[in-house]
Amino acid sequence: MGIDTAASTAVELALAQGAGSADAFGVEGEDLTVRVYEGEVESLSEAGARGLGVRVFIDGRTALAYGTDLTEPGIGALARGAVEAAQVSDPDEYAGLPERSGAADAPPISSPELARWDTERKIDLAKAVERAARERDGISQVEDTIYADSQTRVALANSTGFRGEYEQTAAYAYAYAFAGEGAELMTGLGVGAGRDPAALDPEAIGGEAAERALALRGATKPATRRCPVVLDTFVAASFAGLIGGTLSADAVQRGRSLFAGREGEEIASKAVALVDDGLHPDGPATAPFDGEGSPRRRTPLIENGVLASFLWDARTARKGGRETTGSASRSYSSKPSVGASNLVIEPGTDTLEDLCAAAGNGVLVTHVTGLHSGVNPVSGTLSVGATGRLIENGQLGAPVREMTIASDLVSMLKSVRAVGSQGRWVPFGGSVMAAPLLIESMSVSGS
Amino acid sequence: MTLVPPALAEKVLEHALARGGEFAEIYAEDRHGFSVSLDDSKIEGPGGGHERGAGVRVVSGDATYFGHVDGLAEEDLIRVADSVSQALRGERGGVQDLSDPTAPHGHAIATAPGDVEAARKAELLRLCDERARGAGDAVDQVTASYAEGHREVEVFNSDGVAAADLRTRVRLGVQVIARRGDRVETGMQTRGGHAGFELVETDPGQIADEAARKALTLLDAVDAPSGQMPVVVGNGFGGVLLHEAVGHGLESDAVQKRASVYAGRIGDQLAEPFVTAYDDGHKANAWGSDGIDDEGTPTQPTLILEDGRLVSYLYDLLRAKKDGTASTGNGRRMSFRHLPIPRMTNTYFAPCDASPEDLIAGVGNGLYAVSFGGGQVEPATGDFVFGVSEGYLIEDGKVTAPVRGATLVGNGIDALAGVDGIAGDLDIATGFCGKDGQSIPAGVGQPHVRIRALTVGGTA
Repeated sequence: MGIDTAASTAVELALAQGAGSADAFGVEGEDLTVRVYEGEVESLSEAGARGLGVRVFIDGRTALAYGTDLTEPGIGALARGAVEAAQVSDPDEYAGLPERSGAADAPPISSPELARWDTERKIDLAKAVERAARERDGISQVEDTIYADSQTRVALANSTGFRGEYEQTAAYAYAYAFAGEGAELMTGLGVGAGRDPAALDPEAIGGEAAERALALRGATKPATRRCPVVLDTFVAASFAGLIGGTLSADAVQRGRSLFAGREGEEIASKAVALVDDGLHPDGPATAPFDGEGSPRRRTPLIENGVLASFLWDARTARKGGRETTGSASRSYSSKPSVGASNLVIEPGTDTLEDLCAAAGNGVLVTHVTGLHSGVNPVSGTLSVGATGRLIENGQLGAPVREMTIASDLVSMLKSVRAVGSQGRWVPFGGSVMAAPLLIESMSVSGS
Repeated sequence: MTLVPPALAEKVLEHALARGGEFAEIYAEDRHGFSVSLDDSKIEGPGGGHERGAGVRVVSGDATYFGHVDGLAEEDLIRVADSVSQALRGERGGVQDLSDPTAPHGHAIATAPGDVEAARKAELLRLCDERARGAGDAVDQVTASYAEGHREVEVFNSDGVAAADLRTRVRLGVQVIARRGDRVETGMQTRGGHAGFELVETDPGQIADEAARKALTLLDAVDAPSGQMPVVVGNGFGGVLLHEAVGHGLESDAVQKRASVYAGRIGDQLAEPFVTAYDDGHKANAWGSDGIDDEGTPTQPTLILEDGRLVSYLYDLLRAKKDGTASTGNGRRMSFRHLPIPRMTNTYFAPCDASPEDLIAGVGNGLYAVSFGGGQVEPATGDFVFGVSEGYLIEDGKVTAPVRGATLVGNGIDALAGVDGIAGDLDIATGFCGKDGQSIPAGVGQPHVRIRALTVGGTA
């Protein structure tokens, strides 16, 4: 059966099995991924997949069961499995469905253009991305070029009577290019994303991969220093994603966020504004409702440097005496968890050149590694691997690699001196509309 | 155990090769999972799932065509094979006769986790909670999680491979947050393997003790130093250094695209003559072990570094054919919805005879990195980074104050050449390795290892 019917059936069967309340989240979709190499298709994957997750509540005890068998017996087994599993759970007085489910009036998130593209045309787009990177002087290799798209349908049903459904399309492409050879080799990534392939500019994506690799040719390890640091858009997005994670009310209530108890406090410089916008017209994560049927919305998280709100789902909001912000993320195989939808760093007025000029002598960071191991969300300590360019007398100078940048999250946020003007959606740190950031001071470790 | 009868597999492969291609394969899987966690002394979020499906691929020249389907019904398998073959424009390819699938070797499972009542799994978590809370007044938060997985796998290909595997994994992890004044620190410890419930049932409290000890130790930590210095890396999860700094660069897909600093280096002396390392997917009950890889090749111990010389890359079927060699049993995939690619299994430095104390005593001033929170490498450049989750200063050859916030950065080739001591205390730990959007279990291990100089990025 279709996922909408499957979801309603699952809720009915769960209630019949003894659940006090229940919801079911179904996903089905088709996706395509093309990988090209040296002008030819290296792999082409085209497939459909679907699945259903059923969540039950019995006197505050909760459990989840998921599966891919959407026949009536299959769904019956899920409902039974969830009710059975709930017996080992301890009661939680705050567990339960949202008091008010509903769908927001979301902008269009499904593009009819996707269906107008046949596979050949998508392959040509991928080849054009690779060509654009390979063509540049000094590019020694393009290791990987990917085009991918998906058409996804989501259905949610719960025992308060909510039935919601939406369809979403997405397309993205990236290329990974190398400049130089052997020990001198440096890499660059170019990305583009939208709701359909027509939104992707192959020249820009391939060109960005090439430019990023070429800019790092001859990189050396810098001397250890403390100095101003400019984070480019990619890197700013990764940090925004990380900060979004620490603003989850669940992390806060479980004592796992350095921002616990700091609502209304100044946690960043006045230049910083961060918004969770679940209804942004261009946001990859935009949808009418979240993973438990609360309407998506726009929630300012940091305003003028002040911590304005955490991200709440139904359970954390009940526990904290707040309203949900529609921030339940969910896949069919996981229970809902609190997370950001689209994070938006409000852009400032300075170009990247302006930010570098203002930095004077420092480092422009264009790539970071080890974010998940290098940042402690509880203490806020951070130390990550970085690559980029020196900034000398306000101008971009020699490329640098094999260094770390270190600080702690609050010191870093408080020393943001300016936010760049060139905002852009990038697929790092979740769905983030990011802009470059000028940080007054960080520790840079090299030789 | 039968997921796909051999006669049906043959039919599917014939459909897949109907319009050309030299190689076709069907990978079928039936997987069950269960997990439960504890937070704030309460059992929460028990849940399980069941997924079943197959992936079909056809290889023609350098191109691979792939599709997958949920369920194993005959008409669905034929449909996905037909759909994959649509991309081809050639002559019908042949399929060798297929026998019943054989399982080359398994790993001993004493107690199937699926046969154990959920309540006993919850009890393990409560025990860990109590033990961790008893470790000190500064223990503030305890989270414990238990997860099990059972996968039944069958692989058939047009070259006549018919192989099967049963895979059982369990894992128990504890995270402790300790708090004193403004200081908040985290300690984590995990035990896991390709093993039955017996693995986590034996002294689970030890996992909690370790997690609590780490968090409490860090409360007294000083800021990590910055700059280049000698580093002694702890055994077990310290092996993530080998995994990141060397292992990824030996995966043959990266090598063949010249996207690895190890390309063209077979036979070269890359490390001191006492340095030997393996990737071993056959190692009994280890976290990254299986009976066969996800292309039906039996897993094996593969010598990658012998007396400091680079001797082998890690191959799947496709890349092995291209290099005129045999698969090393490293073709792995996350599920039936993914293409197999060359991946590590359990990667480790072989033990030598020094003691960890010898290695530390040989350092004037440096860092003792006992364990990492994780790491990452760019295989094309070899540049890596690791977050040190438990570390200490070494001063005048002695371990002194704990440090926090340390990150190690370096380059794989340089770090490998800089290994100047290996101890005898080999241990293999549980890791999850991500590549091309596929996350799989990978064992990382080593005895204590000393490196002449690495860049430590700290805040002091």
